[in-house]
Amino acid sequence: MFRVTRRYGFAASHRLHSSELSEDDNRRLYGKCNNPYGHGHNYVVEVSVRGPRDGATGRAVDIGILDELVRREVVLPFDHRNLNREVAAFAGGGPVLVPTSENLGLEICRRLKRNWKQVFPGEWPKLEKIRIGETARNIFEVGADEID
Amino acid sequence: MVITRKVEFSASHVCRDPNLSDEENQRIYGMAANPHGHGHNYVVEVSLMGDPDPLTGMVLDLKELKAILKREIVEPYDHRFLNYEVPPFDREVPTTENIALDIWRRLEPRLSDGRHKLHAVRVYETPDLYVDYFGEPACSA
Repeated sequence: MFRVTRRYGFAASHRLHSSELSEDDNRRLYGKCNNPYGHGHNYVVEVSVRGPRDGATGRAVDIGILDELVRREVVLPFDHRNLNREVAAFAGGGPVLVPTSENLGLEICRRLKRNWKQVFPGEWPKLEKIRIGETARNIFEVGADEID
Repeated sequence: MVITRKVEFSASHVCRDPNLSDEENQRIYGMAANPHGHGHNYVVEVSLMGDPDPLTGMVLDLKELKAILKREIVEPYDHRFLNYEVPPFDREVPTTENIALDIWRRLEPRLSDGRHKLHAVRVYETPDLYVDYFGEPACSA
């Protein structure tokens, strides 16, 4: 069994602010990340896929198909965007998530999982996990099994 | 406990199946199917799992591991055209998966004894694409 991991990136701005908390509590909890004007990161996303090697091609996953899926579901909608205003999961008009890396990781995993069978209809490859880093020093990992 | 040692080699390859047409190869392997070949700076991380020897405090002497990796991977692979010079890639397509599998096969008999065993082989083709192989049956067909 092989695990193939591909790294992608996008640049986006966000603000960590919970509507459930007071202004003071938000400032205390999120610190600099609560700056009302927002701030940005060069996010790095690693997508790991698991599967056996196909006997004919010698590959476990068609990287072109994976690239296209991630581009469509993650890079295009997130890159050079304000997450709090332009990405539905974090923008107004319903229950919204604070765009922490944890929630961003869950949202990315959810998007890939939701569209997986459309591009990879067979038993393999399976989405195994994604890792997301806001900066090189903080990495968040979400297993595909952890979400619906 | 898992210990990991990293080595690098530079090599050229081409991903194409001689039984397929140019169009099919292009469709499956994309730019990697260019018949003239192209190259990468490969990075290989080899992980062993085991307990430290109570006498030495080491799972395996890293000097010894380094020498094995040099002999089994770097010397045969470095500055070679894999398809022409490194079997089994005269008959198997040198995808990153197949390279990880071949490295596993080269190392496994050298690195597994009572105290430790080969745990994983990670091969980076570029910093943005890598494969982990853990040694289970590898072929779906």
